[in-house]
Amino acid sequence: MLAKMKLLFGAGIALTVWSPTVMAQVPTASDSPPENVEEVVGTLGNDAKIAIPAFATNADVPTQTSAGTTSALGFSVASVIYSDLRNNGLFKPTGPGSLPKPALGQVQAPDYGSWQTRGTDMLLQGYVRAEAGGNVTVGCYLYDVSLGQQLAKAGWTVPPGEWRRAAHKCADMAYSRLSGENPFFDSRIAYIAETGPKDRRMKRLAVMDSDGAGHRYLTTGQTTALTPRYSPDYSKILYMSYFNGSPRIYIYDLASNTQRLLLQSKHPLFAPRWSPDGKWVLYSMAIAGNTDIYKMPAAGGSAVKLTDSPGIDIGGSFSPDGSRIVFESDRSGSQQVYVMNADGSGQKRISFFGGRSATPEWSPRGDQIAFTHIAGNFRIAVMDPGGGSLRYLTDSWQDEAPTWAPNGRVLQFFRTTRGSGKTGVWQVDITGKNERRLETPGDGSDPAWGPLRP
Amino acid sequence: MKTRSALILALAAGSLALSACSKKAPASLPPDPGGAVSTDTGGTGSQAPVPGSQADFVAQMMGQDTIYFDTDRYNIDGQDQQALAAQAVWLVKYPAKRITIEGHCDERGTREYNLALGERRANAAKNYLVSLGIDPARIGTVSHGKERPVALGSNEESWSKNRRAVTVTID
Repeated sequence: MLAKMKLLFGAGIALTVWSPTVMAQVPTASDSPPENVEEVVGTLGNDAKIAIPAFATNADVPTQTSAGTTSALGFSVASVIYSDLRNNGLFKPTGPGSLPKPALGQVQAPDYGSWQTRGTDMLLQGYVRAEAGGNVTVGCYLYDVSLGQQLAKAGWTVPPGEWRRAAHKCADMAYSRLSGENPFFDSRIAYIAETGPKDRRMKRLAVMDSDGAGHRYLTTGQTTALTPRYSPDYSKILYMSYFNGSPRIYIYDLASNTQRLLLQSKHPLFAPRWSPDGKWVLYSMAIAGNTDIYKMPAAGGSAVKLTDSPGIDIGGSFSPDGSRIVFESDRSGSQQVYVMNADGSGQKRISFFGGRSATPEWSPRGDQIAFTHIAGNFRIAVMDPGGGSLRYLTDSWQDEAPTWAPNGRVLQFFRTTRGSGKTGVWQVDITGKNERRLETPGDGSDPAWGPLRP
Repeated sequence: MKTRSALILALAAGSLALSACSKKAPASLPPDPGGAVSTDTGGTGSQAPVPGSQADFVAQMMGQDTIYFDTDRYNIDGQDQQALAAQAVWLVKYPAKRITIEGHCDERGTREYNLALGERRANAAKNYLVSLGIDPARIGTVSHGKERPVALGSNEESWSKNRRAVTVTID
């Protein structure tokens, strides 16, 4: 077994069972990624032609994966990678359906000449192997065809139910190596699944992978659920639902599939948020019609009131270092975006764009704040944390509630259709390009992107 | 008790006189909100509703179980005062009845803000009823934000009907 593995990994790739250290073992070529991120996005454009043939296998045998045999799995892994890379606009990928499948021996010794003939710039290929006990191993190799050079490689051994994660990790490896950006495909999204007519919509808590796969409903829809947020470790989801007919905040535990109230209160509670380290929870509470933002330890304990203005102070999103909070307030007479220190001090309005500015979310990179700008239509926009450099990313009748991908380069939001009230989860990148709707079983709203999975 | 009832009746009459100058009456009254909210009208066809029931309240109010708001506002204007005074008269007549005021918004607002705004509207209605002498312990509030519209269009006519606070009695 060991000898076989060595043969397979002549270049000495380290294989590890699922662990965060795997990504750190990915070798990098001598040239380091460019430092100016904006330039990368602007210049990479749409023209990096990347071929993703079906992954090879040492033996076509049955697996416990949903894909079938190792050969079928090899095709499916390449298809998942193809979808990931196709949908973000940096590449022009070609999928396994229209490419020859390399032999196992070619995985580490590609026939550069034939790929050059096809006009391919980059080659992303690999193999799958069934392990004793049901796990599957996926090896992933990225080559620059014109240079005739390997750029990156990595391998993962995963339980059969998680084979798609290995594909996302492989797509992340290629994306990260070629764009200079941090990876984001191996992540999940919590959102609100909607069905039914406009005046009696059923709104259920649901979760899915970043590409819409692995979809699962968490609540039955008997009571309306809204505004979910994944905990930074993916173990829990905070969300709002009605309890005895009144808005309250719940914590859903994903390991035990149980839910409990965040705290007991006779007052309406909404807009729950995690701190980046998962140790604090922000929430908003209305007392006699006046709404303020509070902070409490996630493990329980006494809350601190952070805002105290007459009017509606609501929401909140921490800066990545946890030191500041961006939130929304109508203390000036209309919804506007404010920043304060994490202890509530130094509250300062930052949105001066005319109209209303709502639902601010701090980028995981810290450099931008995404929000909903309302001036007639509702549009997703970004600004810097000082309130400058306004840029619109979308232009539709009603787009609201942006959420950031873990790398801060892609956003999701929800779009409502005028008249029918139908909703959908949409995605757009930081340049305002590559807008597309995510496939969900029904309508969807309130997407909340979780962090990159380890 | 008698004095308070008299006061409320006087207020109701005064509000009636004021109603002519109300600035934002919807073009037509919205349909009964029963289908869209947790309201149980308890009606049984042709029979007259039981006095003091939710069905009786709806029948007596003739649309005044609901008050309406301007965009992003929560103030109680003359027409709202008239409706709330009528509600107060009924509540004085049935002092054991409790109510929930449901605050709503139109679809042209962000979801979380509208939850808070609906709560603010329900509270404005509650505060006015309390000012008329209704015991605050009898009045609950709830916000549905923009999640429970009664009018389904995406135009000002529909939105004006959805910016509302609906009083529902608890049978």
